[in-house]
Amino acid sequence: MAPPPRSGDAIFANVDRVNAELFTLTYGAIVRQLLTDLEEVDEVNKQLDQMGYNIGIRLIDEFLAKSNISTCVDFKETAEVIAKVGFKMFLGVTASVSNWDPEGTTCSIILEDNPLVDFVELPDTCQGLYYCNILSGVVRGALEMVSMKTEITWVRDMLRGDDAFELRLKLLKQVPEEYPYKDDE
Amino acid sequence: MPAVYSLYIINKSGGLIYHKDYGSAGRMDTNDSLRLASLWHSMHAISQQLSPVAGCTGIELLEADTFDLHCFQSLTGTKFFVVAAPGTQNMESLLKHIYELYTDYVLKNPFYEMEMPIRCELFDINLTQAIQNDRFALLGR
Repeated sequence: MAPPPRSGDAIFANVDRVNAELFTLTYGAIVRQLLTDLEEVDEVNKQLDQMGYNIGIRLIDEFLAKSNISTCVDFKETAEVIAKVGFKMFLGVTASVSNWDPEGTTCSIILEDNPLVDFVELPDTCQGLYYCNILSGVVRGALEMVSMKTEITWVRDMLRGDDAFELRLKLLKQVPEEYPYKDDE
Repeated sequence: MPAVYSLYIINKSGGLIYHKDYGSAGRMDTNDSLRLASLWHSMHAISQQLSPVAGCTGIELLEADTFDLHCFQSLTGTKFFVVAAPGTQNMESLLKHIYELYTDYVLKNPFYEMEMPIRCELFDINLTQAIQNDRFALLGR
């Protein structure tokens, strides 16, 4: 009875969008302001991650509502869905998943194209900055709301001279959804 | 006669965060609506455990003599349920639509705090519209 899942392209074509340049410039302004306010690059990384997390815990519901996606069978499917549907739906780019570890709990999401960095060059004073750290926070927050605790780090960053953006996803633990009805504990 | 009597939204811990009556049938005072919400939350959880069906996600429809209660739970644990006239059709798609309105007008409102009672005028307006449209669609059939 449930409607079939929709592809990232189909959703992207149907939602209201803002001008990409406005989005890119707004994000740039936020990062710039954080650098001014917090002064320390590490603090800015932390703050961007926290902002992303706060977005992620809300965004997940929109993602579920609009994509009609039901429960994923394993973390592999989850990663594929994030890359193929999630990134397409909200950023308009498709990512790929690779580098699985044998246990199937760690993988990489690779972004070849990233609208956030269209006009960005990192100055020497900001070499430690993970400019797109908001994205890792979004993914972490979103997964936490569907009972997956993850750790997400940047492995490759085009702003640091790499050939792509690579996010390393590590599933720490899956919180069971059942209520903890344990009278004897 | 309105088809949908009232709408409830329960957060993942079982607190009532939204309640609205449409029409005059089945109206309840604040205490009763809170009671219904927490009762439903618990019954929903128990039904998952009791169900003989593996992977059951809880009660979706409760049919009574005087009303039907349709429930939808999102994967994040928020429950939406409507109390409607017996035999009212298309409630699944209405609930799905309400979920989308919730993501747009509640979650995207920067001043809404997660898990707290919903006081968003835009959400109210769009909700009323959705429920009215649903009623007209029903009349048209």
